[in-house]
Amino acid sequence: MRAAGEPRLIFERSRPGRRGLAVPKPELPVPPVPPGLARSEPPRLPEVSEPEVLRHFTELSTRNFGVDTGFYPLGSCTMKYNPRVNERLAALPGFRDLHPLVEDDAAQGALELEWRLAEILREVTGLDAVSLQPAAGSQGELTGLLLMRAYFDERGEDGVRRRIVIPDTAHGTNPASVTMAGYELTKVSTDARGNVDLDELAASVDGRTAGLMLTNPSTLGLFDENIEEIERIFHGAGALMYYDGANLNAVCGISRPGDMGFDIVHINLHKTFSQPHGGGGPGGGPIAVRESLEPYLPVPVVARDGDRFRLDYDRPRSIGKVRGYSGPFGVFVRSYAFMRAWGPGLRQMSETAVLNANYLLALLRDAYELRYDRLCMHEFVLSARALKREHGIGALDVAKRLMDFGFHPPTVYFPLVVPEALMIEPTETETKETLDAFAEAMLQIAREARDDPEAIRSAPHGLPVGRLDEVRAAKEPVVRHRFGAGDPEPLPAAREP
Amino acid sequence: MSYISLTAEDRERMLAAIGVETVEELFRDVPAGVRLDRPLAVPPALAEAELTRHVEELAARNAVDEVSFLGAGIYDHYVPAVVDAVLQRGELLTAYTPYQPELSQGVLQAIFEYQTAICELTGMDVSNASGYDGTTVAADACFVAKAETGRSKVVVTEATNPQVRQVVKTYARGFGLEVVEVPHDDGTTDPDRVRAAAAGAAAVLFQQPNFFGCLEPAPDLAAAALEAEALPVAHVDLVSLGVLEAPGAYGCALAVGEGQSVGNALSYGGPHYGFLAARNSLIRRLPGRIVGETVDAAGRRGYVLTLQTREQHIRREKATSNITTNQTLLALAGLVHLSLLGPQGLRETGETCMALARYAKDALEARGLELLFPSKPTFKEFAVRVGRSGREAVRAARARGVNPGYPLGRDYEGLDDALLVAVTERRTTAEIDRLAEALAP
Repeated sequence: MRAAGEPRLIFERSRPGRRGLAVPKPELPVPPVPPGLARSEPPRLPEVSEPEVLRHFTELSTRNFGVDTGFYPLGSCTMKYNPRVNERLAALPGFRDLHPLVEDDAAQGALELEWRLAEILREVTGLDAVSLQPAAGSQGELTGLLLMRAYFDERGEDGVRRRIVIPDTAHGTNPASVTMAGYELTKVSTDARGNVDLDELAASVDGRTAGLMLTNPSTLGLFDENIEEIERIFHGAGALMYYDGANLNAVCGISRPGDMGFDIVHINLHKTFSQPHGGGGPGGGPIAVRESLEPYLPVPVVARDGDRFRLDYDRPRSIGKVRGYSGPFGVFVRSYAFMRAWGPGLRQMSETAVLNANYLLALLRDAYELRYDRLCMHEFVLSARALKREHGIGALDVAKRLMDFGFHPPTVYFPLVVPEALMIEPTETETKETLDAFAEAMLQIAREARDDPEAIRSAPHGLPVGRLDEVRAAKEPVVRHRFGAGDPEPLPAAREP
Repeated sequence: MSYISLTAEDRERMLAAIGVETVEELFRDVPAGVRLDRPLAVPPALAEAELTRHVEELAARNAVDEVSFLGAGIYDHYVPAVVDAVLQRGELLTAYTPYQPELSQGVLQAIFEYQTAICELTGMDVSNASGYDGTTVAADACFVAKAETGRSKVVVTEATNPQVRQVVKTYARGFGLEVVEVPHDDGTTDPDRVRAAAAGAAAVLFQQPNFFGCLEPAPDLAAAALEAEALPVAHVDLVSLGVLEAPGAYGCALAVGEGQSVGNALSYGGPHYGFLAARNSLIRRLPGRIVGETVDAAGRRGYVLTLQTREQHIRREKATSNITTNQTLLALAGLVHLSLLGPQGLRETGETCMALARYAKDALEARGLELLFPSKPTFKEFAVRVGRSGREAVRAARARGVNPGYPLGRDYEGLDDALLVAVTERRTTAEIDRLAEALAP
């Protein structure tokens, strides 16, 4: 129930008879809907005026924090500045009003943009062919694994090569994708330097291995120093290598996945190439592959014949489609614009991201535990384990207290191999002053853990809500507004593991 | 480059603090053998004004000035200006997944409202925060059904959007699902055929209105699925749900669809959003984010991501899906549009589409064209025979500034002479008259 001062739901602003939009009503008869197919009860959508709608969503926006609001070092998510020119370009009528099923001659500009984007992605990844279709990184993973299956199927090995090797630092999406692709998971550990444990890796690979999924630099923000040996192990066993491109922002123009030996790569356009994250999406997850995997790419792919471009559907060995049409085109416009603004300077983008991360690490490494004592790439993972042990202040407490200083917290409790993990990714777009201020806040929190832990435990202060009861939310789920009469039955009691 | 904020002096001081001389030294863990020893071979950097000119030139090479009757799953409905205004609020646009609820009440509340709106429209109990598009949510629903029933076959009607069917088949290979297609009879699906195919199936997926625009006997299809204890899954168009019955009202277990038609421009196919809603009993099998209501220590109402033990970042290989990044911003666009429409506006939009589509059918018949399925009621889209190949008809009409629709021969054997014509509330009777003229034999 809403208490005084709390923002209303749009449904709670509703008054019978209010309207927010007039709809054209031509003087034509409306044909009847056959009996039994017509709507019996109208949907209880809100009845609100246009000014009220704008005010409602403006109010919601003031209760939210984005990159535009402040520093957002959410590790592994690459929360960099989103150039506004990209928004303007994606909204050009020539793109906005283009139907995806028009004939190719009506979409030459869109197709050329897709083709040019794919060319840049080929160069950045060091691979041969690109599909822009996957909607996000996770879908790129699934697509890549289905390519592996098609590849081995043609070689009569799909029934035998059933295993995908994944290190314990991997994003949760990797093992989830393995399951969705019908593969089995083989886990390997991280060694004392933060690399994949090579001995364990070598022992885990044999003729039943289809491939490896690896993020490099890893979610620890560390470049695997043994990547060349890893390549020999997998390709030596006839297996394939998949690169999770979530951390590509560290290595653009510096080291290319194709040169590291990877056969399939997904690129998170919303991370490295600055599609705004939209409160959870959209993303874009194109994949780039070696020539041997090109025949299996999803349909359609963009083809070029001289100065004409077309969508090629005639691909008999393709795995099929993974998403509608040729992909999230508006994301392509933004990322293409971002890449063209940078040009070959994409290398400086990655260098600056790595510089910013190492600078923050240098300021913080004495106050928080650093499990793997190395230079980092574009992000690093600290541990609040000592604070937890000595003062009862965990990573979540640090995160909540950071909000009091005006910062979005880092990613917490991931990767799983670091207890009380704080995963910090500053990106290339921040000022030194911002990095200094964030470091000062982190150092103050470390001091407070000793001197004034209650200030941390009671954080955040002064925000619209304090720490919310997530256990209650999961045990007695309320996942839609209750109108009162006519509501569905309450959800069944929780059986959370 | 203007997207970087460091000065040369900043860099020097930062390198000194790190204890290295050059940025190059920061990359010492990268083996020499895998380094790129040349600059990236990509086109040179452009200043914002140059970039704008270049991309504007690309945009200008697309033909968007034709009067369009092209639909087939993506529709030219009007997107109100308030939608754009809300979506450009930086606090919403540039945020990510609301992992930290205290800083994300805006997005969380918006998703909660979106879930409510989707539940109301579909007659379902729960909705997720969005899937990628109308194709992948159909595949998701099949995966839910497989987990729920323990069965490994799904039935899909042939009158379901071919793009949806193709994606379901791609995913099915990974899931280990067999896909059985049920043919249509004269534009709609015979419930008896569904009944026969549904034995041992996890789900029956059908589209309402179907790909041909025809109204399926949806309650009978759902009943046929339920008789075989298969989960009925309806693929529906949100715009139709002001006038057509909610899937929840005729027994569906899941309702999915492409949300583009509400709040989203065509944008050459994306980004848009897929919606997925279900019965209460399936909530713990659903993929993706779900927002729930709760309170803080002071009793204040607030919203959080909930039931996260379904998800990949907790459950890893045992998760209900690998989805992480979804389509929240586009779903928000849908919510804003639905809020402006309200129940009355949504119904009127549907009625206007139906009235104009009826007008279009009459206009085409008056010109001597035959409807492909003349006896079947439709919503905003219908199929017409054009007396020659559909592709030829498209070319000829486009020469007169009209894109008349989608050639069904692209997906269906034997329908080479048929076009699928979509009529939204944006079309006028004058534009429809031009269509009739352009298609006249």
